[in-house]
Amino acid sequence: MSSKKLFLIGLLVSFLVAGFFSFYSSSQPDGLQKATAEQGLDLTVVDSANADSSLANYGVAGIENERLSGFLGGAIGVAVVGIAGTGIYFWVRTPKSGETK
Amino acid sequence: MHMPDGLINAQVSIGAAVIAAGAITVGLKKSKGTLDSQTAPLAGLVAVFIFAFQMMNFPVAAGTSGHLMGGALASILVGPYVAILVMTVVVSLQALVFADGGLSALGLNLLNMGIVSIVVSTILFAGLMKLLPKTRISIIGVSATVAFISVLASAGAFVFEYSLGGNATYNIASVLISVMSVHVLIGIGEAIITGLTIGAILATRADLVYGARKFLPAHNLLIKESVVA
Repeated sequence: MSSKKLFLIGLLVSFLVAGFFSFYSSSQPDGLQKATAEQGLDLTVVDSANADSSLANYGVAGIENERLSGFLGGAIGVAVVGIAGTGIYFWVRTPKSGETK
Repeated sequence: MHMPDGLINAQVSIGAAVIAAGAITVGLKKSKGTLDSQTAPLAGLVAVFIFAFQMMNFPVAAGTSGHLMGGALASILVGPYVAILVMTVVVSLQALVFADGGLSALGLNLLNMGIVSIVVSTILFAGLMKLLPKTRISIIGVSATVAFISVLASAGAFVFEYSLGGNATYNIASVLISVMSVHVLIGIGEAIITGLTIGAILATRADLVYGARKFLPAHNLLIKESVVA
């Protein structure tokens, strides 16, 4: 398989997971939340300064439809991380002149 | 595993941020220009993939869920230094854009889910592969094992940090049992996702997997490289 094809499949899977399948993600507290609540450690927890930002919790504020809100949140997330990931790509790749091929 | 604000005091949070910043600096230095035109795109893709799968919480026990952390997966796929950059991008954007994980706890979260997980995974992967036959099955099995232990290491790091600077009243032994017991289950999920992903890429393009390149030298590209080295 060409790396381009593998790359596109990886991107598609990520997009589907973030945009569509995440709707079926468990909404139960995660392991750390559960354990800290059990031990009474969560009493000191405060909301993050950006807790009511428009993308908090991977949804888009103001969109009533949960499925749509989650889809947009996931899609925006994949796009934002993708842009930052492109930055990693340019950082780690060997400069053209230095390529040994 | 994303720590909210207020759980751990400012001193320990700042200490963790300083360690994380140091590790990121090392990652930036050591990773620059290390991947060729074939493997470099994978670095960005791994960030997107881990971000997406972190959104997918799976149920682990009554009333609890877990999700992929990805530190082991990243370090096996792209090597430890690039993995630091990948996890930094994922965990930072989660906190900054999606308010997942506290802002003052960002250093702690980078340390636990990124650096601790990557360091443990890298050492363990190399150690276990030394002992086992250099086959595809070994690499998949070791990847899953390493992923499982990396989750326990991240959870253990949290307990250690809490013992240094926890804000509430606590009994450290019962915190340890409570945190570790649930993360044993989450670790199994991490092992499954990591093993399947590594297996899928090994089956299609084994040469792209950083952790496998040394052990599967049948590939032409690798023979050339080892001659140069």
